[in-house]
Amino acid sequence: MTALTPEQALPIRQPADSAEELRIVPHRRPWRLVAGLVALVLAAQFLHGLAVNPGWDWPTFRAFVFSDSILRAVGVTLQLTAYGTVLGFALGAVIAALRLSGSPILRTIAWTYVWAFRSIPLIVQLVFWFNLAYLYKRIGIGVPFGPTFASFGTTDLLGALGAAVLGLALHQAAYAAEIIRGGVLAVDAGQLEAAAALGIPKFRQAWRIVLPQAMRGILPNAANEVISLFKGTSIVYVMAIGELFYQVQVVYGRTGRVVPLLMVATVWYVLLTTALSLVQYHVERYFARGSERHAPPTPWQRLRAAVTESKEKRA
Amino acid sequence: MSGDGTTAMVEVRGVHKRFGRLEVLRGIDLDVRPGTVTVVLGPSGSGKSTLLRAVNHLEKLDQGYVRVDGELIGYRRVGDKLRELPEREVLKQRTRLGFVFQNFNLFPHLTVLENLVEAPVGALGVPREEARARALELLERVGLADKAAEYPRRLSGGQQQRVAIARALALEPKVLLFDEPTSALDPELVGEVLDVIKDLARTGTTMIVVTHEIGFAREVADTVVFMDGGVVVEQGPPARVLDDPQHERTRAFLAKVL
Ligand SMILES: Nc1ncnc2c1ncn2[C@@H]1O[C@H](COP(=O)(O)OP(=O)(O)OP(=O)(O)O)[C@@H](O)[C@H]1O
Ligand SMILES: [Mg+2]
Repeated sequence: MTALTPEQALPIRQPADSAEELRIVPHRRPWRLVAGLVALVLAAQFLHGLAVNPGWDWPTFRAFVFSDSILRAVGVTLQLTAYGTVLGFALGAVIAALRLSGSPILRTIAWTYVWAFRSIPLIVQLVFWFNLAYLYKRIGIGVPFGPTFASFGTTDLLGALGAAVLGLALHQAAYAAEIIRGGVLAVDAGQLEAAAALGIPKFRQAWRIVLPQAMRGILPNAANEVISLFKGTSIVYVMAIGELFYQVQVVYGRTGRVVPLLMVATVWYVLLTTALSLVQYHVERYFARGSERHAPPTPWQRLRAAVTESKEKRA
Repeated sequence: MSGDGTTAMVEVRGVHKRFGRLEVLRGIDLDVRPGTVTVVLGPSGSGKSTLLRAVNHLEKLDQGYVRVDGELIGYRRVGDKLRELPEREVLKQRTRLGFVFQNFNLFPHLTVLENLVEAPVGALGVPREEARARALELLERVGLADKAAEYPRRLSGGQQQRVAIARALALEPKVLLFDEPTSALDPELVGEVLDVIKDLARTGTTMIVVTHEIGFAREVADTVVFMDGGVVVEQGPPARVLDDPQHERTRAFLAKVL
């Protein structure tokens, strides 16, 4: 170490005399630190309890969480969610289009659909579809009030799973229709006017100009719906379909280990909901393009930037 | 004014338009010769925007007709009836008319270049590569070639309006319609947009411009039209209408805006 000359050592104590030399210090928030510490202690206590309380019965949890029957049940849950979402939103888009159309008859039909399927509790509807065979033994295709070309036994056509998908999709469509309609209405009328003034064909106006902009409003609500449908599929346990919640009940009915099996279901629901939330985050970013002056970086981009920055600093 | 319709690029005849009880256009006659600039002036609510929107059938008419280059817009003549055309055909007609809005109405989710390519590809079926090349030329022309990949919201108002003009030009329309193209702009940005329009005027583009910029009207217009209360009060060369108005209402309006 070389000794400091007086000029180097002194300026620290002297008041800065130019604006650039003044150091900027952020406002201190001591209570924030205290609150954070308290929260950390409580969280640690909770985790400790999870680990050491034998009531949670982690060995049973481990035995079942990746067991074949549970994995199969997760598959059924995902399948119900996927069909319910795709069919529900496809039908919902059609209903929203009818609701926004110029025809009073079509608008009334769409309104009635939404009214009916939002009024009937999902569980009532599911049980109803499950018992459709009681009401109509055979379902036929033909001219209304006229001859029938083909007919099927209702139970062949609509098994328990089919009835569940039908019920979930019809129910979902009513909500999806309103979400899509809301998103479309939020798009500035000037956009349609500009598209019309440019002579862009009707369908292309909807698909290329309105829908991508409506997606910004639609997505957060749609993601809510998908996630709530994903967990809501557990309601079809009333139809004895082997989805996750039903399967967990079967196992704890047999073994009597209620708590660890509920944890199995919880962990799966949480994991998959997290995955859906991540997908949502990235899809929303895609549709936000052009909307902000600077799109904020994703956490992943921020992490990478931080890593390269610290590498550069060290170099 | 020529009345035979063969020399006019835009021909407006006896146009009436009502919104409920309010008659906004009360018998408008107007001719725009090819390659000329018509500037429409008038107080707020006099029906200037409605007239412009009627020309490309963004508003339906209650009476009268509009012809562009000899073709009826929005209607088909059947005997002595004017029957409204199906939307598909109206859209096709609009590709021959460019419209520039006060609020630009650029598509915010598309880049500047995509904004210019959308209509030629989607409405006219121009191959995408060809449309892109043409779009880049147009951006060059309005001085924004370096903004092709940018999203509209990241541009200044003046730049956005220049993009909107380029977008309208991308269809190679026969007539350009401007509805107060500089009214939404900060004063220091008005000039750059007017310069683009002046440049178009020099190259012989047929235009109808609604504006409050009297200086622009004096410099560029071949014809100035003064509207009030849904009728054309007077029209003629700028030297006459602006400097020697014949009607009291024109004089009162000019006294207010000058
Ligand atoms: N869609 C509509 N429904 C009902 N009234 C309308 C509609 N559009 C315009 N009007 C009315 O018609 C009248 C003329 O409107 P217009 O927009 O053509 O005026 P303008 O001359 O362009 O005025 P400004 O200089 O303020 O733009 C106004 O009184 C307006 O309120
Ligand atoms: Mg106006």
